[in-house]
Amino acid sequence: MTTATSALQTPLTKKRARSTQARREAILFYVLVAPWVIGFILLTLGPMLWSLYLSFTRWDVLTPPQWIGIDNYKFIFSRDQDFPQALKVTTVFSVISVPLNLIAALALAILLNEANKAVGLFRTLFYLPSVVAVVASAVLWRWLLNPEVGPVNGLLGLFGIKGPVWFVDPNWALPGMILMSVWGVGGQMLIFLAGLKGVPKVLYEAGEIDGASRMQRFFQLTLPMLSSTLFFNLVMGIIGSFQTFGAALVLSSARAGTPGGPAKSTLFYMLYTYVKTFAETKVGYGAALSWILFGFILILTLVTLRSSTVWVYYESDRKQ
Amino acid sequence: MTQTTLANPGGQKVPFNQSRRFGQVTHDAVVYALLIVLGLLFAFPFFWMLSSALKTNADVLLWPPKWIPVPAHWENFPQALFGNSQLPFIPTFLTNTLVIEVFSIIGRFVTCVLVAYAFARLNAPGKDFLFALLLSTLMLPSLALLIPKFVLFSRLDQASLVLFKGLNRNLGMALAPIRFINSPLPLIVPTYFAEAYAVFLFRQFFMSIPRELEEAMRIDGCGTLRIISNLIVPLSMPIIAVILIFTFKDVWNDYEGPLIYLNDLKKYTLSQGLAFFNGQFRVDMNLLMAANFAIMLPLIVLFFAAQRAFVEGISMSGMGGR
Repeated sequence: MTTATSALQTPLTKKRARSTQARREAILFYVLVAPWVIGFILLTLGPMLWSLYLSFTRWDVLTPPQWIGIDNYKFIFSRDQDFPQALKVTTVFSVISVPLNLIAALALAILLNEANKAVGLFRTLFYLPSVVAVVASAVLWRWLLNPEVGPVNGLLGLFGIKGPVWFVDPNWALPGMILMSVWGVGGQMLIFLAGLKGVPKVLYEAGEIDGASRMQRFFQLTLPMLSSTLFFNLVMGIIGSFQTFGAALVLSSARAGTPGGPAKSTLFYMLYTYVKTFAETKVGYGAALSWILFGFILILTLVTLRSSTVWVYYESDRKQ
Repeated sequence: MTQTTLANPGGQKVPFNQSRRFGQVTHDAVVYALLIVLGLLFAFPFFWMLSSALKTNADVLLWPPKWIPVPAHWENFPQALFGNSQLPFIPTFLTNTLVIEVFSIIGRFVTCVLVAYAFARLNAPGKDFLFALLLSTLMLPSLALLIPKFVLFSRLDQASLVLFKGLNRNLGMALAPIRFINSPLPLIVPTYFAEAYAVFLFRQFFMSIPRELEEAMRIDGCGTLRIISNLIVPLSMPIIAVILIFTFKDVWNDYEGPLIYLNDLKKYTLSQGLAFFNGQFRVDMNLLMAANFAIMLPLIVLFFAAQRAFVEGISMSGMGGR
């Protein structure tokens, strides 16, 4: 790192100096991450291990947990009728909503970054939806998409289009939820905006002097400089969409009567886990379901993480 | 921004429709047309929310709707917030919420910045493993940890009672024991141990800051804490504002956490208290919308105040001069 004094040193002392330097850096690293490590061991590891243990038991909360080995897992993969459906619903939702939300959030952030008047107003408008608590926004959307007295179908009716019955129709319930998720991209947009503000202005000035067009500047400057932010939003988007829960619970139980309805078309994975754990008090079974989801998300994230070395550019890694 | 300097280097006449200024005008027209259309789409649900909040319950279900209710029933707001005689509790709920807000924001900011800096800049054996572990804590659904965490905090509560009893006996004092059940501590304490989401976000941002500035400070003899507080933090104002806004919102809207750990009405948070009195699924749509709208307002105000950081962010990153 500091190479200012190294000119006077012999190769041997230089090597030794480098190793003490490395050791000092490692010690500093562990001092700084200590709060997280301590918190992880005290507050997270215990509950995690206990929930892993529970996934190998049958437990109804009232009597002590009963060890049953891998029976929960065996049953889930071989005979559980709802497990494949829950996995399918969640995967379809994620595959559509994650890229859609990323593109929407990035587009909004870039639009805001291009504007120079009344930016605050528009920024607030776009961010506002993500301020609404999940349950409250589910209530609002249930009503916006109400087939009889909802304004969305009302507006469609003005153009002579007969709107779908949304959360009552198994084919339209999931698209309704995806629409709602796009409305809530404000958080991701804000992260992109912060990323855009972090791009040094000199880079754009240099690009302009070199005669790069807007398109070139976007693809060759903005996008690479934004890739670390894009990576964050992608990973968190995958993790978040696979854990979709609150909105699904409110929407399906209110409109279709049963959690996950109509016809199990919105039986999100976490919703199914919730029903098993709390409604049917099969806590061990629910824990097994959670750990299977953990496995899926872990694999997806590792794939994304691996691929990131190819497409994520970190300014601090730049060779000097 | 700096377009004027190089607009027309040779000084020859260029037709207007090929000029720099024409490009700027069309660019702005497209940008603002899109912004206005999208803005209207995003704002519509809120317009609907507010319009419904000002109607009578009978008018709410009317079709075609009265888009702008006349007369506006402003009394729906006090009715929704204070209707069921919870008026004396509102200040208590607000104080409880703000206490959690202040301590959570401080805790998350300080610990996450330090941990994220280490992950972004320092090398050490085991770093990649620790980072993978950090990310993995986000992947296990919080629902799975709900019961185990509650049990953990109730054990801590019991242990603390025993500890304080012993202490008081041996020291002859009457200290009040630290409680973890029916106390906001389980909601505050975890924020002092660097939460994964914020660490990950800060790390991504820190990694996009060029190293040169930091090396210059190091040569000048600055220590790591100095570098973090005088260089990294000022350069990261936009992302710090994001975390501040997110944290405030999460605590403000958190319903699950308080529901599990707080069971004394005097300790309730605002969202918990309103839900307790109104019920999230009450049938009076107009009052429900009024309550939702009212509880959202402080968040909007905070956002307006905090978003200045985005504007300041521009001028500061400009000094990343190379």
